[in-house]
Amino acid sequence: MPQLSRDTRHAVSFTLNGKPAEGHAEPRMLLSDFLVHELGLTSVHVGCEHGVCGACTVRVDGAVSRACLTFAVQVDGKRVDTVESLSPEEGGLNELQKSFRKNHGLQCGYCTPGILMSLTAYLEENPKPGEAELRDMLSGHLCRCTGYVNIVRAVMEHVGKSA
Amino acid sequence: MKPSPFDYVRAMSAEEAVASLDGAGDEARILAGGLSLVPMLNFRLVEPSVLIDISGIDDLDYIRQDDGVVEVGASTRQSTLERWDGIAGKLPLVHAALPHIGHYQTRSRGTVCGSVAHSDPSSELPLCLATLGGEVVLRSVAGERRVAAKDFQTGMLTTSKRDDEMVAAVRFPVGGPGWGYAFVEMAQRRGDFAIVALAAAASADRIRLGVGGVADHPAVREWDALEADALDDALNAFAWDLGGYDDVHASARYRRELVRRLGRKVIEGARSCRS
Repeated sequence: MPQLSRDTRHAVSFTLNGKPAEGHAEPRMLLSDFLVHELGLTSVHVGCEHGVCGACTVRVDGAVSRACLTFAVQVDGKRVDTVESLSPEEGGLNELQKSFRKNHGLQCGYCTPGILMSLTAYLEENPKPGEAELRDMLSGHLCRCTGYVNIVRAVMEHVGKSA
Repeated sequence: MKPSPFDYVRAMSAEEAVASLDGAGDEARILAGGLSLVPMLNFRLVEPSVLIDISGIDDLDYIRQDDGVVEVGASTRQSTLERWDGIAGKLPLVHAALPHIGHYQTRSRGTVCGSVAHSDPSSELPLCLATLGGEVVLRSVAGERRVAAKDFQTGMLTTSKRDDEMVAAVRFPVGGPGWGYAFVEMAQRRGDFAIVALAAAASADRIRLGVGGVADHPAVREWDALEADALDDALNAFAWDLGGYDDVHASARYRRELVRRLGRKVIEGARSCRS
């Protein structure tokens, strides 16, 4: 049974966006801080640090997860996906991202990576959500710029429905 | 907003988890989904010296049905229960309550047993468990014991679980023939903590009503079938007995009023869908 002591930085090896990644973390280090400060990811945004705002949302073995409520040592051996995994090529956007751009589904962009990761998982399970279902799902993210109207519009256009 | 230092144990079985708890007193905490515990760690409301992670124990990730009971293991996520194909037929009350629990993004990691172990007075799952008359399975190195939900949660975030025990499973009684179930919640926004949450079960001659968010634990009361004024009087008496508290979201008076108004609505809802 692995036991990791508090005073030591432990090696954490995992798959990040399809590629092997490694870093070191004390047990108390949050996955959000680990991805940002140890591995230099700029897409994992830290907002409330208690699981409410959704800005740090990533996928761990496919499950949508708040990175601020996950410890780095917990992802050892697992697969972590951040918004960087969505780009079909370096600097490119996938269809959902293009729809966000076209419909102004973001302004400052702080909440956007988390929302895109939730949506990617959600649309795999529910490819054609209704607007009410979509809004219910989006309630797990705080966006203070858009009022959600253009986010809903972007997703509905993406799934082939009109908002 | 960072936790205090702690040692981390990745338990590979329930035996290992309870062995780690044994002798640690109140210094050790079980980590499952972390959706309730980690915010408390980040706020430093709790500062355990050891975290025992059970989220990777496959043997505790199950939903089992036997003898009119659905048992859910300690590492089973809320989203797993939500997607279980028996949920609507076997646990209609839990099925109605699940969409109110946090958000899609939190149910994907939060566990059923973790919510019960955390015992927030406004939480949906402890309320459903109490209303259905379910049980909590507690495990230590000495063995297992079952505690009725009404005896498990003793107050705000406090339970009758001993420090050397973990919540190994919760057991929900399956919905009975002739009974209907309904769930109603008032929150500022969908997914927020409930100001008041109500769960009802109704048969031809019985009504059971569970109320969360008013007293410091889910409160359940049962009556013979009551109608009209008698039901209003019973709900009024129940609301006063619950007491309630003022906070920034609602006054105690408003909470009592919700028990009266939504109590009637949820009971009518349960009656209308009797099987």
